[in-house]
Amino acid sequence: MPGFKNLKDNTLTYFEFLNEHGVTLLLGTVTTIKVLVCSMILYVIISMIFGLMRLSKNLAIQGIATVYIEFFRGTSLLVQLFWAYYVLPFFGISLEAFTAGVVALGLNFGAYGAEIVRAGILAVPKGQWEAAHALNFTPTKRIKKIIIPQIFPIILPPAANLTVELLKATALVALVTVVDLTFEAKQINSITWLSAQCFGTALLIYYIIARFALVPFLRWLEVLAARKVGKERI
Amino acid sequence: MEMGWRWDFTIEILPQMAIATLNTIIAAGVGYAIALLVGLFFLLGQRTPFRIINWINREIVEFIRSTPLLIQLFFVYFVLPQFGITLSAWICGMITIGLHFGTYLSEVYRGALEGVSKTQWEACRALNFSTLYTYRRIVLPQAFPIAIPGMGNYLVGIFKDTPLLSTIGVAELFHAATAVGGYNYRYLEPYTLVGIIFLTLSIPAAMWVRKLENDVNKAQGKIKK
Repeated sequence: MPGFKNLKDNTLTYFEFLNEHGVTLLLGTVTTIKVLVCSMILYVIISMIFGLMRLSKNLAIQGIATVYIEFFRGTSLLVQLFWAYYVLPFFGISLEAFTAGVVALGLNFGAYGAEIVRAGILAVPKGQWEAAHALNFTPTKRIKKIIIPQIFPIILPPAANLTVELLKATALVALVTVVDLTFEAKQINSITWLSAQCFGTALLIYYIIARFALVPFLRWLEVLAARKVGKERI
Repeated sequence: MEMGWRWDFTIEILPQMAIATLNTIIAAGVGYAIALLVGLFFLLGQRTPFRIINWINREIVEFIRSTPLLIQLFFVYFVLPQFGITLSAWICGMITIGLHFGTYLSEVYRGALEGVSKTQWEACRALNFSTLYTYRRIVLPQAFPIAIPGMGNYLVGIFKDTPLLSTIGVAELFHAATAVGGYNYRYLEPYTLVGIIFLTLSIPAAMWVRKLENDVNKAQGKIKK
């Protein structure tokens, strides 16, 4: 039984535990944040591209986007991660664990994000398109100057939810040997068997990142976007 | 080691994968059933007239929703034995999935109840219906269709999260693929098969949920028939 393995260790107080393993957990947290930031950037770019492609009039482009979205939304993230890390080398593409993790997360969440972007574009009132048309804007300018700025207030609330999901999903990269918070917690657990302390602390750190850093940041973005198009939020 | 795709190997491992797929479906089904119930409890906590219970309930939901399912799994699996409660990996997995997605489902329920127009409540009040009768005959029949799409989405969501159970040793599809892959030192076919099986199951499920959503919208008159 795990509990019996190291009875002496089990007498550590929580403070002593933090003293001994706190630094390791914090280093893991830094990696988690790195994974989060990189995959966030990647997923935002992918969502924009595929969200626009999904609305293209060209059937081939639209088809590619649909296949991509359905594929990544239809399979499990863990399967995609393992595929990127363990199967791609069969095809001569060896990715580092960190890269494989970020790419899999970016591609998976990009598929969900693309649907949000698509819905956001469709939610822009038709009059805006017509006005841009009437003013003789080129199609690129129409999208860039008129439509895109207006979709942010619409897509940011659902995108915020998705981004919190992304933070949670970064825990999975530990399973392809990225040394993040989850990996460190697991590692410390296998040495000390102080499971409650290890996983409890890890849960707490994730909670703190989500509640006191990520969510306020995303709310701030929402306010900013609303202000930019003149829709003040109360 | 041969590099490309090997059909003989694929066919050899197919029966094992098929059995493991059954386990995955069972895990998703049982986890979903528990989540549906847990969601009701969180909903109750949300709607009781006691402020402090509302607050505690909200914080618990918030905590569970913003932490990774993977670590919650580890927590339940490794920590409970320290308190003398030893459960099998299956039961731990089902409890964790139930709790995790229960918080999401409670939000779906809440949204559905709030989706019922306030005037319905006022009308029932004016007709002197009891609260229970109002819920049973007026509110719930209207709330349920609103909840269906969300509920369906989380069924698909749970299904796609079942591979996480393999990390604590539940013998579901992904676990079987890893075992087969490790034994033969070939991961290409097992993991690709897992992907294909997931696609063939979850795309029709997602389409069905979308159709349900459409039907509900039609029935409620949001889209013209």
